[in-house]
Amino acid sequence: MTGSLHIDWTRCDGRGLCTELLATLLTRDDWGYPISRRGDGIRGEVPIAPGHEEAAREAVILCPKLALTLRPPAKSS
Amino acid sequence: MTTPSAALRNVHPVPPPAGAARLFLAGSRAGYSQHLQAYGSIDVGAVAPGFLDVVEASGLTGRGGAAFASWRKMAAAAQAGGRGLFSARPVVIANGAEGEPLSHKDAALLAHAPHVVLDGVLVAAAALQTSHAYIYVTAETMPSVQSALAERTDARHIRPVEADDTFISGEASAVVNKIQGGPSLPLDKLRRLSDAGLRGRPTLVLNVETLAHIGLLARFGVDWFRSVGTARDPGTRLVTVAGAGTDQVLEVPGDASLHGILRSSGIHPEELSAVLVGGYHGRWVRPLDYRLSPAGSPETLVRPGVGVIYVLSPDQCGLAVTAQITEYLAGQSARQCGPCMFGLRAMADVLNRLADGERDPRLVAELERLGRIVSGRGSCHHPDGTVRMVSSALETFSDDVREHLIGRCTRIQRGTR
Repeated sequence: MTGSLHIDWTRCDGRGLCTELLATLLTRDDWGYPISRRGDGIRGEVPIAPGHEEAAREAVILCPKLALTLRPPAKSS
Repeated sequence: MTTPSAALRNVHPVPPPAGAARLFLAGSRAGYSQHLQAYGSIDVGAVAPGFLDVVEASGLTGRGGAAFASWRKMAAAAQAGGRGLFSARPVVIANGAEGEPLSHKDAALLAHAPHVVLDGVLVAAAALQTSHAYIYVTAETMPSVQSALAERTDARHIRPVEADDTFISGEASAVVNKIQGGPSLPLDKLRRLSDAGLRGRPTLVLNVETLAHIGLLARFGVDWFRSVGTARDPGTRLVTVAGAGTDQVLEVPGDASLHGILRSSGIHPEELSAVLVGGYHGRWVRPLDYRLSPAGSPETLVRPGVGVIYVLSPDQCGLAVTAQITEYLAGQSARQCGPCMFGLRAMADVLNRLADGERDPRLVAELERLGRIVSGRGSCHHPDGTVRMVSSALETFSDDVREHLIGRCTRIQRGTR
């Protein structure tokens, strides 16, 4: 069961914690904000590749700006 | 195409407007009596949830920029309102913020035909079985809206709220944010506004012109609505022709010819170098005879967006004007989302260097790269719309780009800076 990671851009401050926990999915853009490595994140929804669910959950809990939310697979809008 | 339930009972029948002049029939600064004389009265009490089928059959799309199917928006809010243990009544918001600096259509509509809009608000609220309604307008149009509200007894519950004078104040979630007491800045979209919008209620935000069409649709029916325009773009729309002396607001049929619109504004399309269609988030095109329609192939049509048709005069440099617009849009970022706050600024800087004739061939690739990392990474479409406009400029002004990169400009005069 993989879903996506929703980034609330209005909260994200580019601290970079999520890009360290999910280094294979995310990197940092010119200004330090998380960006999908595959360039497939649209509107702040980053698909979570299989095997990264635990790291994604951790990122949600540890994000200092509370900018991350996990979304179940079916309910992508 | 089926046409569910014909027009509502028109209490004082007036023949439906013929032709593409629909919204301003009651004349200049029309009061309630002129309005009733021109359109007849309407029995809003007879509007039932079944009216959503009428909106669906009409093919009406939003006139605020995104051209989303109006019935879908209405149905989403109606369904969310009927769900759950503590079902909350939906909220209807008429959006007249018109943040686009070159657009005047909503201001014209609210100044001259406010009752057509108010009818639409009442009809939409009745269809959603709610009495929670707001009209969100600029300081400039507020007096006209307030006097229209005071003129009739059936609209006292529609609450007017003043919109800030910023580019993004009309973004749907910014509208909700402002009305619930916050700043007029976009909100994160973890949930749709139609599910949980104003104070958690299912919320329908429609452009004032869209609501005006809904008011007339309730009176005159689907067949009348579709009798102007084409199957893929029925009805009429308001456009603002700008950049050629005096700005003009026109009501045109759906799927109208760009050349036809320009000519009826006294502009000769063959003398132009380019046109920006759809506002600052729109698309630069060569002045070919495109059709103005939200659906169809981009080869032959250009999406109307907010309806602004900005005419570039032959002595203006399209790159300089694009740099200026991008500069403005960067300044209008809500500064909430990092990629927008920093990315639009960076794009404006590169465009300025290109417009100023810096001979660095990497500038175009850098703009394209910035576009890729900015697009889709914000809580609203401000970055995406800006990137689209810039990339259409690079395409339409490709000759100018080449000249600039060898230190020349094809235009006599540089922009308007």
